[in-house]
Amino acid sequence: MTFPRLPHWLVLVLILLITGLSATLYKVTELGFPIAPDEQSEAWTVQARVQVRATGGPVKVNLRLPGRTPGFNRLNETFVSRDFGLTLENHRRGREAEWARRRARGTHNLYHRATWFRSPGEASLPVSPQYPPVPDLPEPFATAAATLVEDVREHSADIASYTAEMLRRLNSSDPSQEIRLFLTSPEYGSDWTTTAQLLLAGARIPSVQLLGIRLNSLEQRAPLVRWLAIHNEQNWLFFNPLTAEQILPDDFLLWSIGDGPLAWVTGAELTDTQITIQRNSLSSLELATQRAAEKDSRLVDFSPLGLPLHAQNLYQMLLMIPLGALMIVLLRNIVGMRSFGTFMPVLIALAFRETRLLAGIILFLVVVGVGLLLRFYLERLRLLLVPRLAAVLTIVVILLIGVGVVSYQLNIEVGLSVALFPMVIIAMVIERMSISWEERGPRDAMIEGAGSLVMAILAFLVMEQMFLRHLMLVFPELLLVVLGLTIAIGRYTGYRLSELGRFRHLAKPPADTAD
Amino acid sequence: MSLLAIFRQLNSHGVLGLNGRNGRYIMRCNNRRLYPFVDDKILCKQRLKEAGINVPDLLGTIATQHDAAHLLGKLHNHGEFVIKPANGSGGDGILVITSRRNQRWITASGKQIDLPTLEHYVSNILTGMYSLAGHPDRAMIEALVHFDPVFGDLTSQGVPDIRVIVYHGYPVMAMTRLPTRQSDGKANLHQGAIGAGIDIGSGHTVNAVIQNYNVHEHPDTGAGLTGFQVPNWEMLLNLSAKCYDAVPLGYLGVDIVLDRELGPLVLELNARPGLNIQIANGAGLKPRLNAIDRLIKTTPSDSTPADANQRVTEACRLNAHDWKL
Repeated sequence: MTFPRLPHWLVLVLILLITGLSATLYKVTELGFPIAPDEQSEAWTVQARVQVRATGGPVKVNLRLPGRTPGFNRLNETFVSRDFGLTLENHRRGREAEWARRRARGTHNLYHRATWFRSPGEASLPVSPQYPPVPDLPEPFATAAATLVEDVREHSADIASYTAEMLRRLNSSDPSQEIRLFLTSPEYGSDWTTTAQLLLAGARIPSVQLLGIRLNSLEQRAPLVRWLAIHNEQNWLFFNPLTAEQILPDDFLLWSIGDGPLAWVTGAELTDTQITIQRNSLSSLELATQRAAEKDSRLVDFSPLGLPLHAQNLYQMLLMIPLGALMIVLLRNIVGMRSFGTFMPVLIALAFRETRLLAGIILFLVVVGVGLLLRFYLERLRLLLVPRLAAVLTIVVILLIGVGVVSYQLNIEVGLSVALFPMVIIAMVIERMSISWEERGPRDAMIEGAGSLVMAILAFLVMEQMFLRHLMLVFPELLLVVLGLTIAIGRYTGYRLSELGRFRHLAKPPADTAD
Repeated sequence: MSLLAIFRQLNSHGVLGLNGRNGRYIMRCNNRRLYPFVDDKILCKQRLKEAGINVPDLLGTIATQHDAAHLLGKLHNHGEFVIKPANGSGGDGILVITSRRNQRWITASGKQIDLPTLEHYVSNILTGMYSLAGHPDRAMIEALVHFDPVFGDLTSQGVPDIRVIVYHGYPVMAMTRLPTRQSDGKANLHQGAIGAGIDIGSGHTVNAVIQNYNVHEHPDTGAGLTGFQVPNWEMLLNLSAKCYDAVPLGYLGVDIVLDRELGPLVLELNARPGLNIQIANGAGLKPRLNAIDRLIKTTPSDSTPADANQRVTEACRLNAHDWKL
């Protein structure tokens, strides 16, 4: 197979474009980075409070903690332990926090707080199923259980429908004799879920009890909800033990697996356990970063998003400069505009960020205009170049300070930001403009001066585009695309837009060329 | 005409744009190492002189402030000279003194200048005010060219010059730049001088423009601008082709002035000659550059004409075939 031989530069440009764009695409589709700024996602801050009243002895407080939860991910987790020592333990049944203190007296509140957000993926449990033995029950329970299992099996096709049928019977308003036997016994009838598990074990169906909360519950004190999960040899299936529905609500946050209390205390009295839910929205960006960190994606480690917030601002500006430069390249090599200094307009545009556009233009015109007048006066003093440049620079600084002070007196706040103008650059603009004025006349000087200003404005508009700023910060690999485009334009040898005007008299239809 | 139509037309006429000139010709044909020999007018003058090419006399060079006082003092006796920055660009910073009266020099445009003003002017040059990158520069004092009145009514004031584009040693396009009152006596097309294209084969002016507009008569004298025969045309072509031997830049602009007594003098060379010459000729450069490229490709390298005269003959032959061979 033969490929057309591509020029070296084109290969480079293609590599840059493909690398940059595919990295961006990966981050958008796989990691869920938002393309548009200000995209919001739902998030819930869930707080568990354990209140104990101690009487002076050593106290140990245990709280079960949510670990890996189907459908949700944890963003951050904090503990408020006060004077207690905190240890985290991982058991088969889940995570546990243990607060301990040698001597405690009075009421103490201990908190666990975490933010949860939705995480797409299959609903599954972090435990493997254990096949229960057929429970060894005393009579008359053994016979009742056997009858029930036999009966329910008759009325079901598979494990899922067996479970549903069993739950339905348990919840029936008119329960059968066997069910009533179980539910009224103090030993086995403490709650439906436990009873159901017992009866499922009779058919050797692995089941676990889930303890969780409904995130969308509006109550001040979120109630703990019991759920039932059974294993059908392939997946975990979820049932609402109260309605026999096979469902896992999308706002069910799994807190812990297995029965037993949420919190228990030794050496003190547990006075209250409370879970509160606060619903808030979180920027998609934060979530995506978190998600990427979980996927262990290096792409995000090496991005400005990993930097502290105050540094991010600086880097965001830095990321925009190549775009400003690309704008200049376009304006000079494709449009054919002229300016003083190659990248002077970018620096002016950076200054506009602080002053805002209109005020920036006015300030620029005032400073350059007055500076130019004074520069013409300096010309008559016949100063040597470097002292003259220094004098112009000093004049520029005086003008900047003057504008700042006067505008402050006049209560024009924006005037103060004039101090951010790149004074050396402005001094050079004034110098170059005055030379151009004398050598080539005011017309050329004005054209180049206006060109510089227009380019600065356009560069500013590009660099201030919220959408572009967001894109560059979140997808810094787009810099490769910018680089590729810049290189491609560097190879453009066609006409500039301005040349179409300049040479337009040469562009006659062939018949007229003799004229 | 729509912009796209203009774009297509220009392309079909082979008009060269700045991007094309820089990317396809200057960067490929011009060895950067040779740039100092054209950018620095003093070095350029030396090279040309060594190659036996006539140039305006160098009266002196000024490299330091001390030199300035010393040398300018000597100029008291001179009523005619030109001061230039050695590394000036685009004709910036050139001061032409045509006479001396009442302890003052008179410039070409009639301004009076005293010694301190001149010293200041020179020190501006030395500190790099006119050089491309602002580097310290040297000033050169050159003998004033007494231009040959052959152009007659085609000039009203100032010194006309002839610009030839030399591609790989072959002259491909030429024009004469005629100063006008509007251009203040300067042969600078940007400032309103007339650009008149010259037919390479015959030396006749074929077309004339001011800025971007076609003109038929001189705005100051009313003389017809086309059909004028530049005298000694073949000699001028040979001279410009020879400049390639002195400074072998593949894409070269040669500026020639005609001196009344000394004949044609090469004023300076240019490694980035402008594109207005196409407007003055009413023709694009690309067909001609392509013709030379084809010529070089088809001739075996050992039989490439080393002699400037031969290259001129070849160029004239191509021109006779409308550069289509």
